[in-house]
Amino acid sequence: MSAVATNPAAPHAELLRIEGISKRFVKPVDLAGRIANLLGAKNRESVVHAVDSVDLTVAEGEVVGLVGESGCGKSTLGRVIAGIHEASEGRVFWRGQDIAEMDGPARQVFTLGAQMIFQDPMSSLNPRIRAGEIVGEAPRVHGLMNGAAQDEYVAGLFRQVGLDPTYRRRFPHQFSGGQRARIGIARALAVQPKLLVCDESVAALDVSIQAQVLNLFMDLREALGLAYVFISHDLGVVRHIADRIFIMYLGRVIESGRSADIFRDPQHPYTRALLDNVPRLDARKRSFSTVKGEIPSPLNPPTGCHFHPRCGLAGPRCSRETPKKIVEGDGRMVACHLADGGVG
Amino acid sequence: MSSPVLVVDNLATHFFTRDGVVKSVDGISFNVMPGEVLGLVGESGSGKSVTGFSIMGLIDPPGKIVSGSIRLNGEELVGRDDASMRKVRGKSLAMIFQDPMMTLNPVLRIDTQMMEAVQAHEAVSDKAARARSAAALAMVGIPAPEERLSAYPHQFSGGMRQRVAIAIALLHRPALIIADEPTTALDVTIQSQILSEVQRLCAESGTALVWITHDLAVVAGLADRVAVMYAGRIAEQGRVDDVLDRPLHPYTHGLIGSVPGAHLEGTRLHQIRGSTPSLGQLPPGCAFEPRCDRAGPACSTMPVISQASDGRAYRCFNPVPQQGVTA
Repeated sequence: MSAVATNPAAPHAELLRIEGISKRFVKPVDLAGRIANLLGAKNRESVVHAVDSVDLTVAEGEVVGLVGESGCGKSTLGRVIAGIHEASEGRVFWRGQDIAEMDGPARQVFTLGAQMIFQDPMSSLNPRIRAGEIVGEAPRVHGLMNGAAQDEYVAGLFRQVGLDPTYRRRFPHQFSGGQRARIGIARALAVQPKLLVCDESVAALDVSIQAQVLNLFMDLREALGLAYVFISHDLGVVRHIADRIFIMYLGRVIESGRSADIFRDPQHPYTRALLDNVPRLDARKRSFSTVKGEIPSPLNPPTGCHFHPRCGLAGPRCSRETPKKIVEGDGRMVACHLADGGVG
Repeated sequence: MSSPVLVVDNLATHFFTRDGVVKSVDGISFNVMPGEVLGLVGESGSGKSVTGFSIMGLIDPPGKIVSGSIRLNGEELVGRDDASMRKVRGKSLAMIFQDPMMTLNPVLRIDTQMMEAVQAHEAVSDKAARARSAAALAMVGIPAPEERLSAYPHQFSGGMRQRVAIAIALLHRPALIIADEPTTALDVTIQSQILSEVQRLCAESGTALVWITHDLAVVAGLADRVAVMYAGRIAEQGRVDDVLDRPLHPYTHGLIGSVPGAHLEGTRLHQIRGSTPSLGQLPPGCAFEPRCDRAGPACSTMPVISQASDGRAYRCFNPVPQQGVTA
């Protein structure tokens, strides 16, 4: 691809910045284990480092892609960004202000400003509530409009996401998969957010419906100046929609930069493997190159660079030392010893 | 030229539900040659999985194969009773499912399940059956197959479980394997590993493969020929290069345009308007007509199957114009 995507939202003010975010999930020792410990056993609580010191910024109107395989922490990071999970470490800034230091009203600006759209609309829509109420409840509760105006407000949102406003009285099961995805989007838009965190929001849809929803995301971005954090395992989708991409592996960001740069010239061996392995329409009857092995358990990640057991270029340094994040001039970041003096 | 392993001729599988007859598969025909990979592509509800189940003889009431014939190496499969179908299934015809937990019994060890599959079709000793199971596991790239044989399915990762399912399918070196979205739930790097194993195994053993998927890109990399299904019929079938580079049917054309990553970043994707029709209430003519940009007055009657000069078969009155190729 020679053409570089034009960025419709030229570098704008910073909307969200996260610094050194880590999220750990701790499973404490259960009662039997504690009793055994009294008798001299050595049961320890198990800790999953779902996200490990990640830095990331999102500008106003920008689309940031988070890519990785299952268990890499992309969904957890998305939930921290959307304010659903509290980070174990690190700071989140919303328009330059640390959310930990915000007072009630300011904090609400952040919680309403960052909204999440989930993968499976069927499990994120209450099956016993009508679509109009699903969409209209949050703005009413938050006082964005009064109860009398709710109907008109919701009808407007339905039109905006391409749903027939007369469907407001229907229940979620009366919609098709693509329409349910649109209800999820309308619900997120109802509180007039600035940032949408989309967690695999098109993964469950058929290709032709997926194209419709992706086009809708792009139209909304233009109409409302929305920023997106787009979480996906599908590199084709992310390549299409994202301005910048963060590639994650076992909780760490191993490479980030402008989407076009990463696809043109991937630096990290894992990024290269990932790009090589993506099936493409124009790659016919090819032999599939493979990266060996499987993703290790995040309960017990490999030492040093997490990718070294699967990496064809790994050297002795890779199992000893965690790679530093090497930032290049154009905002490109890669965490690999190959870019930092070699693996020897 | 050798004769085809599988001949599906005018197959129709309908489901007789309380709300009426659902024509999941309605008059499809295709052949698969030995060692060939046929990609069967379609969106949800297009009938691609029902086609696979029909070939395997796994259609239960209210579903029924109402017409057509399925011949495996010349032998008719439609209308066979359970006992004679069981002799074919797992022996010369095998299936791999999307979710390997559906194929594997969670409370039995892998060796029990694999040896059972071996001994169901051949009278061999336990020792020989076990050795063959271990060999099959090694063949699909499972490390330490001898030890892994005594593990339970939950002790394997998703990718490894799918390898076990493939190993079971390969135990009797079947003439044909039907794979129903076997890599859809897997990560990209694991999918790539499985695809590469499947490619190698089919090339080595001459096993033919029907690969059912919604993912055109996987088909592009794996298959020799592709059949695109829409609402129970094959819209278009032919060699992968022909179909993907010069689609004739407007649905294929729209589907290819909908795939992100094949186009300029940041541009709008081509979108097919509307959504897939309900199979209970199909229009009398071409099922794609309400969503089609090229539809004309003729499209309210059912298009017959036409042949293009490159051997492609398609159902359309008004195919997408070809550049340099006469349709």
